[in-house]
Amino acid sequence: MHAPENLPLDRSRRGVLKAGLAGGFLLFFHLPARAVNEPEQPPDNPAGQFAPNAFIRIDRSGKTTLVMPQVEMGQGVYTSIPMILAEELDADFAQVAVVHAPPNEKLYANPFFGVQVTGNSNSVRALWKPLRQAGAAVRAMLVQAAAKQWQVDPASCSASNGKVIHAASARTIGYGDLIDAAGNLPVPQDPPLKDPKDFTLIGRPLKRLDTPAKTDGKAVYGIDAMLPGMKFATLAQSPVFGGKVRHVDDGAARAIPGVRQIIVLDDLVAVVGDHMWAAKQGLDALVVTWDDGKYANLSSRDIWEDLRTASRKEGVVAKSVGDVAKGLSQGDRVEGDYELPFLAHATMEPMNCAVHVTPGACEVWIGTQVLARVQQTVAKVAGLPIDKVTVHNHLLGGGFGRRLEPDMAASAVRIAQQVDGPVKVVWTREEDIRHDIYRPVYRDVISASLSNGKIVGWKYRVTGSAVIARWLPPAFQKGIDIDAIDSAVDIPYDIPNLHVEYVRAEPPAVPTGFWRGVGPNNNVFAIECFMDELARKAKMDPIAFRLGMLGKNPRLKAALELVAEKSDWGKPLPARVGRGVCVQPSFASFIATVVEAEVDERGEVRMRRVTSAVDTGIAVNPDTIVAQLQGGLIFGLTAALYGEITIEKGRVQQSNFNDYRMLRMDEVPRIDVHLIQSGEDPGGIGETGANAGPPALRNAIYAATGVALRRLPIDRAALAVANKA
Amino acid sequence: MAKLKINGEDQNLEAPDDMPLLWVLRDVLGMTGTKFGCGIAQCGACTVHIDGNPVRSCLLPVGAVGNRAVTTIEGVGATAAGAKVQRAWLDLEVIQCGYCQSGQIMSASALLATNPNPDDADIDAAMSGNICRCGTYVRIREAIKRAAAEA
Amino acid sequence: MRRRYPRRAIVAVAILVLIAFAAFGWKIFYAGPLAFAGGSTVALPDYRAANPTGVPAELAGADVVKRGEYLARAADCVVCHTAPGGKPSAGGLAIPLPIGTLYSTNITPDKETGIGNYSDQDFLNAVQHGIRRDGARLYPAMPFTSYGYVTDADALAIKAYLFSLPPVHADNRADTLVFPFNQRWSMIAWSLLFDASSRFAPNPAESSEWNRGAYLAEALAHCGECHTPRNFAFALDNRRKFTGAVAAGWHAFNITSDKGSGIGGWSDDDLIAYLSNGYAPGHGTAAGPMGEAVDQSFSHMSASDIHALVAYLRSIPAIASANLSATLAPLAPASPKDGGGTADPIGKSVFEGACASCHGWTGVSAITPFATIAGTRAVNDRSATNVAQIVISGTTRSTPHGVVSMPGFGRAYSDNEIAAVANYVTGRFGSEQSKVTPRDVAELRNQTSR
Ligand code: FES
Ligand code: FES
Repeated sequence: MHAPENLPLDRSRRGVLKAGLAGGFLLFFHLPARAVNEPEQPPDNPAGQFAPNAFIRIDRSGKTTLVMPQVEMGQGVYTSIPMILAEELDADFAQVAVVHAPPNEKLYANPFFGVQVTGNSNSVRALWKPLRQAGAAVRAMLVQAAAKQWQVDPASCSASNGKVIHAASARTIGYGDLIDAAGNLPVPQDPPLKDPKDFTLIGRPLKRLDTPAKTDGKAVYGIDAMLPGMKFATLAQSPVFGGKVRHVDDGAARAIPGVRQIIVLDDLVAVVGDHMWAAKQGLDALVVTWDDGKYANLSSRDIWEDLRTASRKEGVVAKSVGDVAKGLSQGDRVEGDYELPFLAHATMEPMNCAVHVTPGACEVWIGTQVLARVQQTVAKVAGLPIDKVTVHNHLLGGGFGRRLEPDMAASAVRIAQQVDGPVKVVWTREEDIRHDIYRPVYRDVISASLSNGKIVGWKYRVTGSAVIARWLPPAFQKGIDIDAIDSAVDIPYDIPNLHVEYVRAEPPAVPTGFWRGVGPNNNVFAIECFMDELARKAKMDPIAFRLGMLGKNPRLKAALELVAEKSDWGKPLPARVGRGVCVQPSFASFIATVVEAEVDERGEVRMRRVTSAVDTGIAVNPDTIVAQLQGGLIFGLTAALYGEITIEKGRVQQSNFNDYRMLRMDEVPRIDVHLIQSGEDPGGIGETGANAGPPALRNAIYAATGVALRRLPIDRAALAVANKA
Repeated sequence: MAKLKINGEDQNLEAPDDMPLLWVLRDVLGMTGTKFGCGIAQCGACTVHIDGNPVRSCLLPVGAVGNRAVTTIEGVGATAAGAKVQRAWLDLEVIQCGYCQSGQIMSASALLATNPNPDDADIDAAMSGNICRCGTYVRIREAIKRAAAEA
Repeated sequence: MRRRYPRRAIVAVAILVLIAFAAFGWKIFYAGPLAFAGGSTVALPDYRAANPTGVPAELAGADVVKRGEYLARAADCVVCHTAPGGKPSAGGLAIPLPIGTLYSTNITPDKETGIGNYSDQDFLNAVQHGIRRDGARLYPAMPFTSYGYVTDADALAIKAYLFSLPPVHADNRADTLVFPFNQRWSMIAWSLLFDASSRFAPNPAESSEWNRGAYLAEALAHCGECHTPRNFAFALDNRRKFTGAVAAGWHAFNITSDKGSGIGGWSDDDLIAYLSNGYAPGHGTAAGPMGEAVDQSFSHMSASDIHALVAYLRSIPAIASANLSATLAPLAPASPKDGGGTADPIGKSVFEGACASCHGWTGVSAITPFATIAGTRAVNDRSATNVAQIVISGTTRSTPHGVVSMPGFGRAYSDNEIAAVANYVTGRFGSEQSKVTPRDVAELRNQTSR
């Protein structure tokens, strides 16, 4: 019912759109959004259309529908993906519509993972080739069909804006009129792709297609799903990890007007009501006695002790180059260990899922990064064959990795099984933060040796949980989590003797998962912080020190040189103000970032300016890349300054934005992002800022105060002049 | 039986007096443009205008609204400031996931309605109560200035 | 911590000196809580007017458990005897003192861990004299000096009520007091000095309403335990009765009849509203321990009893508090640019991000009157104790209009930031800007009961 609609824009929407895009690229584009209770779109149904592959549908009117394998969570794929398809298809972009793909791992699996997932900043990277080929193949078929009709050589025809053109005879024919003829032609295997210099859409800062509906309340997120007769529910899971319900006194809750049903499962309680308010009040009124179970005394302190102990063990060797023992025996030895805390995702849209369980079937309304996985999970929980489970995807109010998990759908279905009719389960923010699947704690231990300004030996050990082992078991080989060591094995610096190890250490009870920036978050932080300590030891400027070892990395070197210039690196600064740098090769993008920050006498940190230079290959939609980097930087800087989930008595202590804090408008400085033009294939961008912010800020603080912080979040007390060691 | 004036239209509805306006809008009236983010007046996602002033609807009891005019994201485009803000938001491509943006736009349009030429300090004071997890703050600031500049 | 040692030492020495001086009959100098009223008192049986003890007329016919429940609420037992998130009356609330931490005990009728084995006499000894069943002395955190005024009948009604509750098996936590205070025997001397040990005696010169109010305020509600300053031996200094003190990290303000710093300027309706709802227009909302007292105790009292309390409070001699300004600040201007504040940008930054959307720039909340801070004593207190404390701990109130709460920010905001925002708030909304330091905030974090 709430899959995205394809109804033509109503007048007022056009008005807004025209005005909104005034001067920009004017699009009459059908938005993946609908006013609540509008009729739902017909599901993707190729019948009567030309449907040569999973992504492209063309009907007789020439209307071209592109099926989006990737979901929109703010990263702009609902614009960049159509741009790629339309580019090679030579479609009239103004007549293109997008629809969410249905769950289908055969058709819409992410080539990088083999499952239908949007994550790892790879939407454009992974689909770049396949989508271009899909577009080019269909274009070739349409051209061939027209040539046949005109009895001319296909080579003498061209295509543009949804038409095939025979210049010699000045004949043109629209795609819509060719679908039957084209439908009978074989799909060419590898059609010629355009030379990037001929791109007409790719590389232009096109206006986002999903945003107009996000300015007037019409965009529909999972939490906005509305069904006739729908009830509203909210839940409380055991405050202690792994705890169970022992007893529930629901007398007071039942007395609350609007409360319809109280559901008690072994590990959670939920209240169903006429609206969220009744459900919430009902939940507050429940007196639940929990059986805390064996983690009743679990605390962050214990978890850190375990992690530190584990990090002293030998790990599995992930990479070894040269003779590290020999390398380390030369020059001056420097050691460092870096620690990152648990983090919650706190997507702006709290977890939610609407479910209607009927005899023999189940329908789900959700916004998820893993459509097919949600379908499989629901089928399993509901004990239904997969084809009896319908999943409607929605816009996501933030993903950041949280919506790579189907747990919220599982809980919602278990609740909905007790309810007759559709029910929407909405997590309170407190429940969302206390029952996240957390970014794991990591500890990275480095020892290196320096001789005349260069690193000659480098021993690096990552210790942390193996998210991959749980999330994508086939990818977990030989005890190595490819995510946890990402950006450590492919360290950008020339180091003759290098050794990287991984120690798997799973915290008890606390579920861990992907978090925007994933593995590179810990490695880029540890490596880049340590690089500054090495530079200081070598009495060298941090940028000069890095440049000396980036010989094999021209793209990163260029980014670093550009950011040095743009950030006024080297220009004198007042006391207790510093600049810090970070370089990273993560997600096949090459980024250098400088943060300028001030630390007052009390140790309070204020950012003054952030500058990034990025070479991410061909920039499909340059403005979106800038936006993603700006946002990612703020995401990472928020964590660096404030982010930490702590556990006491088996419970997460944070609950909402009052104690799990977010950067706010007045704390965010000017952020300049400089794109480096490049003909390389596109790299990933969505998560890179999250990697870049924390080490650059930490290094700025190091420069400003001389205090070498080695764990996040930043310990402001340690920066106070009074406490300076 | 409560009576509310929302976006210029009278609405009659059944809701307990202490029910926050947010849930009346979303769950009773199906006006889901106004978002739930925290429920404790810390994020601003639920911001609406009450007689033109920005108010966090997640804590505002519907019974306290009385006959004051309620404006939501669905109706703010009909106000001069609101329309300007919406245009500037699209011109500068402020929005990412968009979930916080109803609240951002409501706060920004309330600001511009009372202060046509806000400086950075005014913007900080008016907007710092609105959290954007996607980190669109830099563009929000630019867009407010763009909207203000628009005649 | 570091700063505590000297204070401890002083208190320690003071205590020992005191004990030595006990023989010289210090006691005659000690003023009881009702001394201010003057005149002579009569024993309860000889008092002719309406009985000031027991329950209000409405409940006179009720059974002993019902009456006990009313009295237990009036005595506010459950607040201190319940840990946050813990079972009611099962104890475990931590009460941090400069000399260590006390834990309230389990007063459910559980035989092993509660008071299930207490005889009537055991119960009276504990409540009225601070003597535990095993003979050990209780610390005056248990207000037995006030409860000493409770009649045996009322105390035993409370016992009957407590024994009607489901027993909860919850072991009591060991206190962590430092020497010499961990020596419970030292409390014998203490009691000798400061425990009135005599039941409530009415004052015929005063109205029967006043006498009822006095019984409620002094014997049951034990107002003085927070609102009356303590002397160096932790005993109430009734020569400065109700002039305010800091208790459990919150400032219990001056409730004498002083017009400027006390409640002399409040109308009867204001006082009645404040006691029965924890909120009075223009005076703000009760938070912290007073909020709990209203929710758990005063809001359950009969109208007649609330009136009696007001009548009694009105008779408390006016004593101005030098540390509270006599005038309250006017409304702050609507624009953040005008009006007071602080030069320190951090205070304003925290306020505009976390506070302004609910409390407004004028101090009048656009959301709920409970969140209006303009005109409240808390923001007009140059110590800003309660402003800083509520930012740290937050508060939750269950009012007739549902639950209203303010979240605590202590976990995510630094001592610097909390000090800065407290100073900004008093500067913008108060009559006098506070000078709270990060160190003060660190102290406040340690003083709240948890
Ligand atoms: S939902 Fe109202 S401020 Fe967050
Ligand atoms: S745009 Fe996603 S939270 Fe603001």
